[in-house]
Amino acid sequence: MGMVVNLATPAGLFWGMLPEIVLTGWALALMLVAGWRHGGEEDQRFAGQLALAALVSTLFALWWLWAKDARPDGIALMIALDGFRYASSTIFLLGAIMTVMLSLGYVRRERIHTPEYYLLILFATIGMMVMSAAADLIVLFLGLEIMSICVYVLTGINRRSVFGAEAALKYFLLGAFASGFLIYGIALIYGATGTTNLTLIAVSITNLGLQSNGMLMAGIGLLIIGFAFKVGAVPFHMWTPDVYEGAPTPITAFMAAAVKAAAFAALMRIMVHSLGESIGTWQNAVWWLAVVTMLGGNLMALAQRRLKRMLAYSSIAHAGYLLTAVVSGTETGAAAYLFYAFAYTLVTLGAFGVLAVVGRNGERDVRIDDLAGLAAKRPWLAFAMAVFMLSLLGFPGTAGFMAKWYVLMSAIEADQWKLGIILVLASVVSAGYYLPVVMEMYMNQPITEEAHQESVAVGAGRWVIGATAALLLLIGFFPGRLMDVSRSSSDDLKPSAAFTLNAPTGPDAGMASR
Amino acid sequence: MLEAVFWANAGIAIVSALACITRRSPVASALWLIMTLFATAVMFVLLDAHFIAVLQVMVYSGAIMVLFLFVIMLLNLGDQSATDMKGWFGRVVGLALGVFVMVELWVITKVVPVDQIRLPAGELNRMTVDEGAIAPVAQVLYTTYLLPFLLTAILLLAAIAGAVVLAKREV
Amino acid sequence: MLLGPALGVSAILFSIGVLGVLIRRNAIIIFMCVELMLNAVNLSFVALAQQLGTDGQVFVFFVMTVAAAEAAVGFAIIIAIYRHKETLDLQNLNLLRG
Repeated sequence: MGMVVNLATPAGLFWGMLPEIVLTGWALALMLVAGWRHGGEEDQRFAGQLALAALVSTLFALWWLWAKDARPDGIALMIALDGFRYASSTIFLLGAIMTVMLSLGYVRRERIHTPEYYLLILFATIGMMVMSAAADLIVLFLGLEIMSICVYVLTGINRRSVFGAEAALKYFLLGAFASGFLIYGIALIYGATGTTNLTLIAVSITNLGLQSNGMLMAGIGLLIIGFAFKVGAVPFHMWTPDVYEGAPTPITAFMAAAVKAAAFAALMRIMVHSLGESIGTWQNAVWWLAVVTMLGGNLMALAQRRLKRMLAYSSIAHAGYLLTAVVSGTETGAAAYLFYAFAYTLVTLGAFGVLAVVGRNGERDVRIDDLAGLAAKRPWLAFAMAVFMLSLLGFPGTAGFMAKWYVLMSAIEADQWKLGIILVLASVVSAGYYLPVVMEMYMNQPITEEAHQESVAVGAGRWVIGATAALLLLIGFFPGRLMDVSRSSSDDLKPSAAFTLNAPTGPDAGMASR
Repeated sequence: MLEAVFWANAGIAIVSALACITRRSPVASALWLIMTLFATAVMFVLLDAHFIAVLQVMVYSGAIMVLFLFVIMLLNLGDQSATDMKGWFGRVVGLALGVFVMVELWVITKVVPVDQIRLPAGELNRMTVDEGAIAPVAQVLYTTYLLPFLLTAILLLAAIAGAVVLAKREV
Repeated sequence: MLLGPALGVSAILFSIGVLGVLIRRNAIIIFMCVELMLNAVNLSFVALAQQLGTDGQVFVFFVMTVAAAEAAVGFAIIIAIYRHKETLDLQNLNLLRG
């Protein structure tokens, strides 16, 4: 047993929230710097380096807490201290670090001279960490809003781009709409169970026999609709392609990887921790959502000719695979989510990094045909892109394969054979749009002699592409270590039996646990 | 008596909300929305949430809706001649979805919380009489919900930074 | 005992807000409809608070803060798009087209 933290005292809250507090401190410092120095390229790069330092030091603070194995004293009030939080926060921080590294070169090229760009990435990361740490629906909602508001602005931060502004507006309106559903769901769950604490919700449902309570069912339904919007699941996906296409490319990668992973972390915690025992109330709804999302995302991606839009639809399909892990409602599903989210963060950052390199004259217009002959001119870049595409496809030997296999195992362990079969079929369909990218690069000749002359990865972006490709292959061949970490991080996600039996229920339950 | 006041305000709120989503001019819509917010504030009072009712008038009707009107006038949107309603397809889909949601929620929210988690009848009213309208809310806000309260500070800071970035004039 | 009626009125106001988002095309009016939805949720929270304790009233604070933050960012985005196009050409904004 590690460090025990009493979350009811200010000191306990300080230690429990240490990574978030460190990052907030850095964000305030960066805000001052941005107010002071916002002139040109130099200042912009300095802000980026500061953001990088902030994220790395936060990562160490988080790992310190993880190494100490900090646990709450009794029921987790407001924030959870468990392996799932530490592991998923690590994923978001790594995603944010790679986003900043990709951005360093990108903002210079696109002449986005606003140091607040990095500030908003930091704030969004705080929101994500709060979401994965939330042990209370209200904390979760506030974390989600902190993240969303920053990402709305980041989408439209390139003030010269009309597409960026339109994407920001569309994202904002549908995001606010989705938040309405989410908070209404929280209100109804509060009404049915009398609490918003995730552990006490589980206790209330069991002790009061609320499994078929109408208000609870309606609340869960609205919650699922809200989350489906946020993760871009079909049929609530209509914002995804336009927003991903209009946003600056590193931000698109950030949205597809970290933002989506954060929404799934929160969903996973609610479904496994609070509603794991009443799985019958929500499993069917999420099952259909997963099936429609997998099939819809893959079929729509087949029709795309432009690379960025294709990757946007592909991210919808991957949301479907992650929903499959949610359907199982078990700790194995949560472990599969952690593995999948880690692999998907790597592959997304890498693939969008390559897109930013080849799309010198606007990434929006890069067609899949434009990659023809990339292997002859830029063999390493083409090799990295091939690794990313095969990993997205789930080709054996890449991390994507192991991740899909893990999700498949979690589905089969929960007796979801049909869902597993649909997942495999959907993956087969996805070969129809991932493989053409590889074939264009390796089998076709460049359109002109000058093609790909300028497609050179420079600076930190080169490191991101190289490191992600190498890691994906490494995990593909040696997945054991990462699987162990995923499993051990999520094996205490369900509330322990001691709480469910002894915790008080009734109007005084909240008081007693305070 | 209380019931009658409640239903009168419920009627005002619903009619104003319908007017808000059907008026052509954004200014008219905004004014109808303010009407809904006021009627809701009255309902808050009837539900023993006196302090929240005051906040509703000050924050929602006072600050947020003024911002709405300010932006509408800044962008000179007051005189919209063409309607922005969607065509018949959009309307049918919207209407079907809206009616579906309404019926479902109406049926389901008939379920009231089970007895074990309910306070004794009139408890909140008694607290208000004993401790005043603000103390019972403030007590919980600054103890149990201290962390969410601090998070709202980050939320507002992020929103201010974001709004400034997007709205400042020079690129 | 106004809990049942209040929850019902809240459900109706919420669905009117949803309907408004789905049938209108003007960004500002869509945003007003979102505010209407949040207001309906507040009514639910307050009605439940009467039965379950003041926690519900505290949640209304947080929802109001979120509404204010969304308003700030939303209007900044709307003004940014207005600068771009010199007109608020939001008539063609179709939220439901993928």
